Amino acid sequence: MMDPQGADGAPGIVVSEHKVSLHGDWTLRSIAPCVSGLRRSLAAVPAGAAWSLTEIGRFDSFAATLLWRAWGGKWAASLEASESQKNALDAISRHAVQRLPKPACWTLIDFVVGLGATVLVLLSHIADMIRLVGQLFLDLVHVLRHPMDAPLKEISAGVYKMGVKAMPVAALVGFLIGVVLSYLSALQLKAFGADIFIVNILGLGIIRELGPVLVSILVAGRSGSAMTAQLGVMRVTEEIDALSAMGISRTLRLVLPKVVALTLAMPLLVLWTSGMALLGGMVSAWIQLDLSFAFFVDTLPKAVPIANLYIGFFKGALFGLLIALIACHFGLRVKPNTESLSANTTASVVTAITMVILADAVLAIATRSIGVPL
Amino acid sequence: MVSLTGIGTRFGPTVIHEGLDLEVARGEMVSLVGGSGSGKTTLLRHIIGLTRPYAGQVELFGEPLFSGSATVQRDRRRRFGVLFQQGALCSALNVAENIAFPLRELRVASPAEVDTLVAQKMAMVELEPHHAVLMPAELSGGMVKRVALARALVLEPELLLLDEPTAGLDPDRSASFVALIRELHKRLSLTVMLVTHDVDTLAALSTKIAVLAERRIVSYASLEETVTFDHPFVERFFGGEQGRRALARHHGEHR
Repeated sequence: MMDPQGADGAPGIVVSEHKVSLHGDWTLRSIAPCVSGLRRSLAAVPAGAAWSLTEIGRFDSFAATLLWRAWGGKWAASLEASESQKNALDAISRHAVQRLPKPACWTLIDFVVGLGATVLVLLSHIADMIRLVGQLFLDLVHVLRHPMDAPLKEISAGVYKMGVKAMPVAALVGFLIGVVLSYLSALQLKAFGADIFIVNILGLGIIRELGPVLVSILVAGRSGSAMTAQLGVMRVTEEIDALSAMGISRTLRLVLPKVVALTLAMPLLVLWTSGMALLGGMVSAWIQLDLSFAFFVDTLPKAVPIANLYIGFFKGALFGLLIALIACHFGLRVKPNTESLSANTTASVVTAITMVILADAVLAIATRSIGVPL
Repeated sequence: MVSLTGIGTRFGPTVIHEGLDLEVARGEMVSLVGGSGSGKTTLLRHIIGLTRPYAGQVELFGEPLFSGSATVQRDRRRRFGVLFQQGALCSALNVAENIAFPLRELRVASPAEVDTLVAQKMAMVELEPHHAVLMPAELSGGMVKRVALARALVLEPELLLLDEPTAGLDPDRSASFVALIRELHKRLSLTVMLVTHDVDTLAALSTKIAVLAERRIVSYASLEETVTFDHPFVERFFGGEQGRRALARHHGEHR
């Protein structure tokens, strides 16, 4: 760069009989608008021409790279340039030869290594999970023996955040699902004249299956991801390490309250959502089949044994426990970078939902003879 | 180069700046000093355009920061480089990709040219070629700063903004980083603006010192003049144990 102020202008190139002279500013910013034209002009210059850079205003390393490539990776035979321009070109000449090391390519060995790594990661997940559950159990024993240490405030905050604040959205989703389910069933039942069985279908389906699963999916997306992200960011900002340094158990203060809070809040949320879904079903049945609310409420206890409600509660608590455990497990595995945070949050939600549905299927088989009127 | 007129900033009821003026000429190396919470970093963020003052005007390169079309504004942003305090490297990209990122976004240079320029920038900040494939999580604090500096320089900026360039570096690395910035300032005829708490960095780098106190720039002068400036903050900053020792070291070097 000779004079940063002078010769302000677009980069240009003048080719005359074996002499090439460049003028204007040759910087990344000034070259950018007309780069392809300049590339063509530079390529069209005959080999062995004499180059003059003395009329160039500003000259940066991008321009030097451009010239160096135009010269085919060696110095031009005849070159007129200032000392600083030569220095810039010299710097480029030293780095144009060596290629930057690239990350290694994907080979068969990498595939085997990847496969092995996947298995090992799976094993480490299982080991971590067992360790987490064991630690939580120990914490729970500790809390029972020292009730003063119980993280009651955190648990209460968790119930509020994960339970109470989820009520509006759970109500909306529950109500609409109830309406849709009732509407579809009513269409079929009408054809058989079996109108009153709508109560059985809705009651059993919602209280026993749909309510708990629906809430679980909602909560896994809403609170599970939040838990993972919160613990993950605490890991990134070293807050978790700070807690350990202060001698505060991270499981006792961070994981246990979340797990307990969600296990407590979920059954209540299930009750709330199932109730809303039944309300939606009632509204729809009233409109479609002209079944009165009184009849619906009156028939419900006869059609649906009380055991179903207990199964619903149990499922809610179990699913809440699963979601919270999985979310905390993935949250504690976050490494201090953004990629890991997003990967673990995704894995947390996907795993939680999958595990909930898996557990639901197992429970459906295990409880197949309980609470079903025959 | 940078011109701030009548800047006013407030966060809720707290007033940070009021009627703040500062004019930085081309080629200067300006250190911005002030007590904790005096709004140094906020001022830097105003210049970058990350935050907007509620009053006053920020001008860069003779034009208001937020004037012109989106393209003009984007091009204006490419004329300055920023070194954030924590480096702010993209953790999903390796060192070479981080440095190449602004250049790739410009879509001007071919991949081979990008490689050459990245290699040259890495050499400029004294990184070895084999560091190219490391991920930011694998780097030490000093290396993160070097990579971030290389990324800030890759678009050949005219103005370089540094937020605490030597914070978190040991004295040895801090000194070599300062030497590196000084060398680059000379070689690339940059204008540099930096925020710092470190008297050593400040003494070694700055041609001018802007003292931020009482919500405005109370003094904008060379080191020698600033030291004699009569203000409680200046007295505490340079007159303290650490400040006096650093200044003594600085004078020793120049004798």
